Amino acid sequence: MSQISSTSLPLNPDPVLNVEITDDLIERHGILPQEYQEILAMLGREPNLTELGIFSVMWSEHCAYKNTRKLLRLFPTEKKDKQAIGQVLVKAGEENAGVIDVGDGWGVAFKIESHNHPSAIEPFEGAATGVGGIVRDIFTMGARPILLTNSLRFGDLNDPHVKRLFRGVVSGISHYGNCLGIPNMGGDIYFDQCYEGNPLVNALCAGILRHEDIQKGAATGVGNPVYYVGPGTGRDGLGGASFASRELTAESTEDRPAVQKGDPFMEKLLLEACLEMMAIPGLVVGIQDMGAAGLTCSTCETASRGNSGIEIDLDSVPQRETGMNSYEIMLSESQERMLVIVQKGREKELEEVFEKWDLHAAHIGEVKQGDRMVVRHKGVVVADLPAKSLTDEAPVYDQPASEPAHVVKARNWSVESIPDISVKEIESGLKNLLNHPTIASKRWVWQQYDHMVMSGCKVEPGSDAGVVRLSIAEIDKYLAIANDCNNRFCNLDPYKGAQIAFVECMRNLACSGAKALAVTDNLNFGNPNKPEAYHMLKECVKGLADACAFFDVPVVGGNVSLYNEHGDGAIDPTPVVSMVGLIDNQEHVTKAHLEHAGLELILLGGWPTELGGSYYLQTQHAKKEGAVPEVSLENEKKVQDLLIGQIKEGRLVAAHDLSEGGLLVCLAEMLFGKNKIGVSVSIPANGRIDATLFGESQGRVIVAVSSSDSNAFISCSKTAGVQANFLGRTSDSGMMQIKMGEKVVLSTSIADLHSVWENAIPDCMESSRS
Amino acid sequence: MRVAILQFPGSNCDWDSEHAIRDVLGVSAHRVWHKARLPSETEAVIVPGGFSFGDYLRCGAIARFSPIMHDLKEFAERGGQVLGICNGFQILCESGLLPGALIRNDCLDFRCLNQNLTVENSNERFNQNTLGGSLVLPIAHGEGNFRADESVLSSLEENQQVLIRYDGNPNGSVNAIAGIRNSAGNVYGMMPHPERAVCSHHPCLDGLPVLKAFLEPLLGSIPVEVNSG
Repeated sequence: MSQISSTSLPLNPDPVLNVEITDDLIERHGILPQEYQEILAMLGREPNLTELGIFSVMWSEHCAYKNTRKLLRLFPTEKKDKQAIGQVLVKAGEENAGVIDVGDGWGVAFKIESHNHPSAIEPFEGAATGVGGIVRDIFTMGARPILLTNSLRFGDLNDPHVKRLFRGVVSGISHYGNCLGIPNMGGDIYFDQCYEGNPLVNALCAGILRHEDIQKGAATGVGNPVYYVGPGTGRDGLGGASFASRELTAESTEDRPAVQKGDPFMEKLLLEACLEMMAIPGLVVGIQDMGAAGLTCSTCETASRGNSGIEIDLDSVPQRETGMNSYEIMLSESQERMLVIVQKGREKELEEVFEKWDLHAAHIGEVKQGDRMVVRHKGVVVADLPAKSLTDEAPVYDQPASEPAHVVKARNWSVESIPDISVKEIESGLKNLLNHPTIASKRWVWQQYDHMVMSGCKVEPGSDAGVVRLSIAEIDKYLAIANDCNNRFCNLDPYKGAQIAFVECMRNLACSGAKALAVTDNLNFGNPNKPEAYHMLKECVKGLADACAFFDVPVVGGNVSLYNEHGDGAIDPTPVVSMVGLIDNQEHVTKAHLEHAGLELILLGGWPTELGGSYYLQTQHAKKEGAVPEVSLENEKKVQDLLIGQIKEGRLVAAHDLSEGGLLVCLAEMLFGKNKIGVSVSIPANGRIDATLFGESQGRVIVAVSSSDSNAFISCSKTAGVQANFLGRTSDSGMMQIKMGEKVVLSTSIADLHSVWENAIPDCMESSRS
Repeated sequence: MRVAILQFPGSNCDWDSEHAIRDVLGVSAHRVWHKARLPSETEAVIVPGGFSFGDYLRCGAIARFSPIMHDLKEFAERGGQVLGICNGFQILCESGLLPGALIRNDCLDFRCLNQNLTVENSNERFNQNTLGGSLVLPIAHGEGNFRADESVLSSLEENQQVLIRYDGNPNGSVNAIAGIRNSAGNVYGMMPHPERAVCSHHPCLDGLPVLKAFLEPLLGSIPVEVNSG
C-alpha cells in the first residue's frame, strides 16, 4: 500500500467511506491492479470508496471505451465532399449525440445505444430504460425527438425463456415509447441460437433541431450554477455501467438491483420542460443527461469538456430513499434525470419552467476554476478528483487478436457437400424460410408501437425503411431510417459481414428513395480480452470504416457493448448499422409492395449463385457455414445511384432489396401488400436451383416499372453499368408462378404464402400464453 | 382563438390536433395548459390523446382532477362543443362528461393500426351522409375497450348516441363501440384518431369529415379551405 499523502480527505462521517481499500475491493470494482497504480499516481494518495466507485464506472468499457477507442478512430467522422447534403455539425464523441445538416437550417441528431445486459435480466425494464436513455441523449442536444427504432436479437423463439424475453422487451419498448409519444418505426429483429441467454436490445432515437439551437454538454463560466432536474435519486441501477461491462453468468439475475426502473411519464415531463427551458435564449450554458454512471458521469464529463472544475453538494440532491451514502448517490442510475448549467443570475427562469412541469430543479453546485471535480456530503469533501483523469485520461488498451478457427473453416466449406434442392421441395423450402421468425412478418411487434403519433409516419414499419415527414419543422422533406446487421455473415467473415450490414442498410434506404447521409453504429461483441473475440471486433470495425469512407457516409456516433457472453460463449459479432437518409419530396417515397397487375419486374445485380451463410442453409440444412457472399462496393454504388436516380425520374413503382431468404422471399414480400395480386416469373436454368432461388448474393434489387417505362429503365441501367434482367409481370392471378428455363418449378397461392409469413410469430407467441 | 386544445402533463397528441385544426382546416387553435383557465372566447375544445399523468391508476383518472376540468365542465354545461380523442375520450368518461368507461384491450396488448369503421346515423352532424358509410382511421391504444352497464348501453343505443363502430373488434368493446356522444349532442368522444388522417402523407383523409362534423357549429355552411398537402 502506498503512502497516504497530506492531501488525503478528512475522516468521513459515513463509516462505509472509511473502509480500507483492499485488493479484493479493487477487483470487485472491475479495476485492474495496474489501473489502480495509475489511480494512486494521479491522486498522490489512496482513493476512498466513493472515489473508487467513481473510477470503476468512469473507467468501465461502457463509459471509457477503453478496449475500443483506438479502433473507433478508424471511422470517418465527417464528409469528404463539403458540398454534399448531410454535413456533420456535431461529430461522434463530441457531445451526447452527433448532429447532421438536412438543409433549410435544420439538423438531425441521432444515435443508437445498447441496453443488452439489463434486458437479459429484466427484459421489460431493461428495454424500457434503453429507450429512455437514448431519448435523453437526443433532447439533451436541443432536438425534438421525432422517431425511434430498435435493433433486437433473440435466441430460438421456440424456447419458452426466449419467448418471455421477446415479449418483455417488446412490451417494455412499447410502454415507454408510446407514452412519450415518439413514433417507433420498428427496426430489425433477428433470431439466432447465439443470442440465447444474451439478447441484444439496441435503441435508436432521432430528433430535429435548428442549427443555432444545438446545445453543448460543457460546464463553462466560473460561478455558473449547476442544477439537478428531474425526479429524485434512489438506489436503483447502482453500478449499472460496470455491470454492463462484465460477462453475464447464471448468477447475474442476482444483479437485479443494477437494472434501472423507468418512468416514461417523468421522461415526458423532463423532455417538455428541457425543450421549453432550452428555447429561452441564452439561459442554458451546458446540459447533460444522467445516464450510465448517473451524477458521476454528468459532472465529470461536463467539467472535462468545459476545461473547468465543478463542485457539487449531495445534500442538495433530491432523494427518494433515506440514508443514502455518497457512494450510492454518485453511482445511482435512477432514470429521467439531467444536469443543467445555467447563466448565473437567471436561475429563476429555469426554476419557473420546472415548477410548471412539477419537477425538481435543485441547485446542487457551481462551475469552479481549475480542473477538479469536488463532491461534498454532510459537510465533508467525499471526492476530490481531476475531472479529466476520469474521462480523457482513462486507460486505453490494444488487445491481442487471433483469427478463430471457425472463420478459416467457413471459407473452406464447399456447397458441394450438400445436395441441391429438388423441384418438388421448392414450395416447402420457401415456406420454411417465410416461417423463420427472422424473415417472417414483424407486425406482432410493431403493431404494439405507436408509429403514427406526431402525424409524420409516411411508410409504416415493415418496408425496407421507416419514413417520417419532417412535419414538426414544417418542411416537406422525409427522413428515412434503416437498421441492419446479419450476424451469420459477421460470424463467418467479420470484415465482409460488417460491409454487408452497411451496404444492405444503405440499399434499404435507396429502395425507399432516400439518399444516405450518415451512420450510427452499435458494436455488440464478446469479451475483448479473448483474442478471438477481439479479432472479430477489429475486422468488423475495419470493414465498416472502409465502407463508410468509400461511400462518404460518416459515423456520427454510436455505442459499444462488449462482454456479450453467456454460458457456451460469445454472441456472433453484431455490428448494427443504422443509417439516416433524406427524401426530397413525397412523390419520391417508394415502397416494396406491388399493388397492381401488369407491372414489369426487373432484377438488378444479375444471377450470382452464392449460398454461403444463407438462411436457406439454416432452414433446410441446419448449417451456419460457407463463404460469405462477395461484396463489391463499386457495384453496390452503381445499383444504388441508379435506384435513386430512377425514383427521381418517377419510373419506379416499387423496389425491394434481396436479403435474407434471397430471390423468392424478396418476390413474396413484394406481393404481401393490400391487394394480394399475382406474379409470373422466368429465371434462367443455370447452376444450382437452391443458390439461384435462395442465395443471398449482394447488390441485388427487384424493381417494378410500368410496361411503358421498361425499355427506358433497362437502357438507363446499361448506361449505369448495372446488369438488369427482365423477370416477369404482375397479374391478377393471386399466384406466384416461377419458371426455370421452360419448366414451371413453383406455382403457389400468394394467400397461402402470406398466411405462413404473417402468422409465424403470432402463432409462436400465442402458444406460450397459458 | 376559436378552438382550445387542452394540454395535460403527458398529453402527446396535442401538437397533432393543433396541426390538423389550425394548419389543415385553417381554424384558429391553441394549446391550453391544464393549470390555466379556459379562455372566454373559446368556441370548441379538443381533449387530445396521450398518457395524461402517465395513465397511472386508470387512464384519465388523475386528469379529471386538473384545474381546467372545472372550466371544461361549465363550458360543456353551457352547450360548448367538446371532442375527446383517445386519452381525451378516457378523460371525458372519467369526469362524467360522457357515460361508460374504457378498460384494457381484450388482447392485452397496445394496438396501433389503420382501423375500418362503420358510421352510424347519430345526429344531423355525425351520420352516413356527412361522414360516409365507412371510414378508415388510425387507432393507437392499450385501453380502448368500451364498457357500460346494461341500462347505459341501451340508452346509448336507443338515443342513437353511438357515432362509429369497429369492423372486427380490435379491443373487445361492447357492441364494437368506437365513439359516442352525450345525449345533448355537444360532447363527443372516440378512440380513433381523426387528426392522424388529414394530410396527403397520411394513410387516408377520413379524419377530415370527422373534424369538420365536430366543428360544424363554428364553421356553419362556409366551405372549409383544406390544406392537406
